[in-house]
Amino acid sequence: MLFLRNVDIAYGRIRAVRRASLHVGRGEIVALIGANGAGKTTMMAAISGLMRPAAGTVEFDGADITRARPDAIVRAGISHVPEGRLVFGPMTVEDNLLLGSYCRHRLGRASGVQEDMERLYAMFPRLKERRLQAAGTLSGGEQQMVAIARALMARPRLLLLDEPGMGLAPTVTREIFRHIVELRDAMGLTVLLVEQNARAALRIADRGYVLETGRIILQGPAGELLANNDVQRAYLGRDLDRETQPAGGAA
Amino acid sequence: MDVSSSLQYLFSGLTVGATYGLTGLGFTIIFNTTGIINFAQGEFVMLGGMLAVICQSALGLPLPLAVLLAMLGATLIGAIVERVAIRPVRTAPPINLVIITIGISILIRSAMMLLWDKDTHTLPHFSGTDPITVLGATLMPQSLWILGITAVVLYGLRTFFRRSIFGKAMLACAHQRKAAWLVGIGVEGMVLLSFMISALVGAVGGVMLAPMTMTSYDVGILLGLKGFAACILGGLGNPFGAAAGGLAIGVLESFGAGMISSAYKDAFAFIILLLLLFVRPSGLFGKPEVRRV
Ligand SMILES: Nc1ncnc2c1ncn2[C@@H]1O[C@H](COP(=O)(O)OP(=O)(O)OP(=O)(O)O)[C@@H](O)[C@H]1O
Ligand SMILES: [Mg+2]
Repeated sequence: MLFLRNVDIAYGRIRAVRRASLHVGRGEIVALIGANGAGKTTMMAAISGLMRPAAGTVEFDGADITRARPDAIVRAGISHVPEGRLVFGPMTVEDNLLLGSYCRHRLGRASGVQEDMERLYAMFPRLKERRLQAAGTLSGGEQQMVAIARALMARPRLLLLDEPGMGLAPTVTREIFRHIVELRDAMGLTVLLVEQNARAALRIADRGYVLETGRIILQGPAGELLANNDVQRAYLGRDLDRETQPAGGAA
Repeated sequence: MDVSSSLQYLFSGLTVGATYGLTGLGFTIIFNTTGIINFAQGEFVMLGGMLAVICQSALGLPLPLAVLLAMLGATLIGAIVERVAIRPVRTAPPINLVIITIGISILIRSAMMLLWDKDTHTLPHFSGTDPITVLGATLMPQSLWILGITAVVLYGLRTFFRRSIFGKAMLACAHQRKAAWLVGIGVEGMVLLSFMISALVGAVGGVMLAPMTMTSYDVGILLGLKGFAACILGGLGNPFGAAAGGLAIGVLESFGAGMISSAYKDAFAFIILLLLLFVRPSGLFGKPEVRRV
């Protein structure tokens, strides 16, 4: 449903992503992993229209969205949970969620918004307790829930998640991941996931891409990537050199 | 000081103060959407009065039509300002944009002077000049118009920002612009809308005040500064604060002019502002910023 073809993305003269191609099929969870500064956030921004690729094309559901504006892309069915959450700080949790449904409003009205909000409150009961609190005063994890719930209020078909686990306790991250899998299973939501914790991300993903200094160097089913030696060394924190040394020394 | 003269000061203070408040509201709306202080706000007020004068006296249109056209004209100019001067440089830091608005204000003022004239003009009162006497003080019907319309505008804007999703979306643009794009808000359209609403609100103030105080191409400078003082006094970003700040400045100014000296009338607003800011840097109704990162 989403295709990136030979995409180049630049900040001025710095090329952050080079000739990257990637696709995400309907109902898939795809993980994008890579070190800091590899260009993951930049790729997400190009998909949601916050940045324009310098070259290459982005296609969603058969339509070319390479040069579409972010608001049009949201209406087309892609919601982006940005890195760092970016909640509307002075507004209440409830208003944050309401604004998430902005793209569904015609002449100030939209149907089903209240029901969706209740469903998300059921998913994140913490948010219901705090629904009249200013979102900026919530804890980091709660703000992350707001950001995810806000994105889901748009009823997206593709969800872009940029480091949903950043700054969160591992149990909270696991909780969020569990919800993501649920959403996929229940509603057929498609997910492109960026996560520092590559192991956790690959565990819930169907497939994965590895990005290194702006290039996609590896791709494949999540299980294969988890078992891949290079990936383990670089992103899963396994010190293979040390593990294999005793064997090498004995030879 | 007797009751009737203090009441007189109060009436004239509230009347002028309401226009300061409307000007302050204009600042607030643009600030709340873009984070920019639009120093051309005073020119929108001037345009309200002057365009009405042009329509009424030069083109000979009936007053209600002249007033309506003046408001539409100012709104249109607000839109043009955004499209031509702000949007092309929208990614510049706010301070640069603020300086651009100062340039715009000089441009609008000079254009009015060159295309029209440097004279002082007046506009007929909306409903006659038979004063109403209250406890020995006189109140012009125009003052009632001004206070009434200010209240309606204030209430309308409050409802818009608190209740409607478009109002909330406008606020969202300033709180977190990137996220506003990501929930599907057309941020550029919202910025355009904020300039149009501000220009309209400013023009309403200008056109109401013109019958009371006369108008000319350069009234925007002082009105703009006082409106700015009003919204700082009330706490920048708070529409009610801006209106209340405007009324407070108008009243204090009027009493100051009456009891101390009218020579320093225009200084009072700024002295009050400075004193307040020493005591409460976030303004009368401003909340100290709560932010968590
Ligand atoms: N606004 C910017 N201006 C210039 N260069 C930028 C900008 N934003 C990012 N970059 C550069 O682009 C490259 C990719 O950045 P990006 O944020 O996409 O990395 P990332 O993979 O998301 O990293 P992280 O895991 O730290 O979030 C980096 O080298 C970064 O320095
Ligand atoms: Mg990133």
